[in-house]
Amino acid sequence: MLEHYLSLAVKAIFVENMALAFFLGMCSFLAISKKVETAMGLGFAVVFVLTITCPLNQVIYNRLLREGALAWLPMVGPRMASVDLSFLGFISYIGTIAAMVQIVEMTLDRFVPALYSALGIFLPLIAVNCAILGASLFMVERDYTFAESAVFGFGCGVGFLVAIVALAAIRERMRYSDVPAGLRGLGIAFIITGLMALGFMAFSGIQL
Amino acid sequence: MALKQKQILLDPLISNNPIAVQVLGICSALAVTTRMETAVVMSAAVIFVLCLSNVAVSLLRKGMPPNIRMIVQLSIIASLVIITDQVLKAYLYSVSKQLSVFVGLIITNCIVMGRAEAYAMQNGPLDSFLDGLGNGLGYSLILVATAFFRELLGSGSLFGFSILRPVTEGGWYNPNGLMLLSPGAFFLIALFIWLMRSWKTDLVEAE
Amino acid sequence: MQHYSTSYTLRFAAAVCIVCSLLVSTAAVTLRQRQQANARLERQRSVLVAAGLLESGRAVSRSEIDRLFERIEPRIVDLRTGEYSDAVEPAGYDPVQASKDPQRSEPAPPNAAQVARLPHYGLVYHVLKDGEVDMLVLPIEGNGLWSTLYGFLALDADTRTIQGITFYQHGETPGLGGEIDNPKWKALWVGRKAFDEDGDVAISVIKGSAGPPEEDPYRVDGLSGATMTSRGVSHLVRFWLGEAGYGPFLERFRTGRSV
Repeated sequence: MLEHYLSLAVKAIFVENMALAFFLGMCSFLAISKKVETAMGLGFAVVFVLTITCPLNQVIYNRLLREGALAWLPMVGPRMASVDLSFLGFISYIGTIAAMVQIVEMTLDRFVPALYSALGIFLPLIAVNCAILGASLFMVERDYTFAESAVFGFGCGVGFLVAIVALAAIRERMRYSDVPAGLRGLGIAFIITGLMALGFMAFSGIQL
Repeated sequence: MALKQKQILLDPLISNNPIAVQVLGICSALAVTTRMETAVVMSAAVIFVLCLSNVAVSLLRKGMPPNIRMIVQLSIIASLVIITDQVLKAYLYSVSKQLSVFVGLIITNCIVMGRAEAYAMQNGPLDSFLDGLGNGLGYSLILVATAFFRELLGSGSLFGFSILRPVTEGGWYNPNGLMLLSPGAFFLIALFIWLMRSWKTDLVEAE
Repeated sequence: MQHYSTSYTLRFAAAVCIVCSLLVSTAAVTLRQRQQANARLERQRSVLVAAGLLESGRAVSRSEIDRLFERIEPRIVDLRTGEYSDAVEPAGYDPVQASKDPQRSEPAPPNAAQVARLPHYGLVYHVLKDGEVDMLVLPIEGNGLWSTLYGFLALDADTRTIQGITFYQHGETPGLGGEIDNPKWKALWVGRKAFDEDGDVAISVIKGSAGPPEEDPYRVDGLSGATMTSRGVSHLVRFWLGEAGYGPFLERFRTGRSV
């Protein structure tokens, strides 16, 4: 039992890493990886949002949206058995994600203003971070249970955290290298990410 | 066109390019650039949604309470994209099949949300429309350029027409597999950034 | 900054919600008929493409599809026994819809294709030539990387030789997993053997390239850069050819046409 969740988590962190295997969440990944501190800040924010939204969206999907889900309603229940609201999926999942991000934004603004200003526009962009929506969409596609989606969300978040902190660490070191002027900063970050992605392909054959 | 509006339209093409300078819209640039055809379809869709969403957000900006602004912007963007997808599914089914996959990618495309937050919330509808158009075109520029090389070097074709006949079809060209994988796109975009910054040296990042 | 009262915020939010939901739902509901008609037509087109009666990618009119479909005879098959059945009307029957209805389906045994439910009744298409069954077209589905793949597999009347494959619905990455739509890849399936000499499911999608069908009858090239999608295709084809899918039906068909 524990094995199943453990392998789910390990798969989400390494084999199916959101940033380096599926290439989701690239915008914030590349923009916020200049310093390890801010990268960690973003990484933790992503872990937090993912761990909460993935199971929450699982409940929304199974209790409200999927075909026949509304059967639990007290009076109109039985008549709702053929109602299929899954076309509202995208907007519902994004809704919960945006709500969570708004909460994170208000919390950071109040308690960690330095991180808040360092993240800049990329904090609200966590709401459209394809990695976060992607995790919810995967969860729906693979029909995870509540516990599985919590573990999956957490694993995806940690995978993203690992990837972005690794990139930030490398970029900090690169500041002492002799990078051509035009490639400095964003250009070399693209190349480093490409190389990291090639490296992570080593995980792609692993069956857990 | 007034000078200011011309600038709004032309800036995002190079000097404030969404992908190469603002670092927005990268995910889709990796996913849809393996073929020219998909890059063009995606570009058209993003331009369409960007313009409309910028105008919608701009019209609502004065009355929008700041603590729910993100979700309101998202609701507008998501609704626009879903409606576009539904209309295509009903009237242009074959195009919609190609596009349906991208629907999720457009809603979460950082450019759309990023420009809504950074520009449309502070400017009037006409300027926001032009900003959306400019950013959409800047995005398309990089997308089409990347797709050009990825399809040509990775499959030996352009828009499906064989240009460099691959060995698997009895030709001479050994396709560059790296171009079909995402790291190939990363390297290509890095080269484009290098080119752009060599031309416009004011974009070079300080030490 | 202007301070917005709570009640204003709530009213604004409610207004946005109502307008957006109305627009989206109106679009979805009014266009549903057309979309379903398009989807049905697409499925019919796919059956024809899988059977090789239509080149994929060629644009055809609805009347042309109807005309070509006259050679196709849909039959209902009881998946549990493999026998033909008259329990359900074939025209308009959708096994994919049925598998979502708990009354018309059952949970599938654990499988690599992650097919969750099996409909009680499956749908098989007979492709007729001069009145005789020339080919069988089976609906197949299973997990890809990003989405569930839905398609058709065409078998020769000997039930061993594969005549074609096509996917009419999927959400795989264009250019990578999406290459399952590439006619050149689909052509690699023609002439391969689904079952080996002992009658076991032998066909699979491998990583890398396989030889021509005469020399390498049980293996199909994988898609480069799309390992997960290729694996998904392999699993789902094997599932539907196997015991839980249309295996029993094919066995019966092979050993003397039960009608």
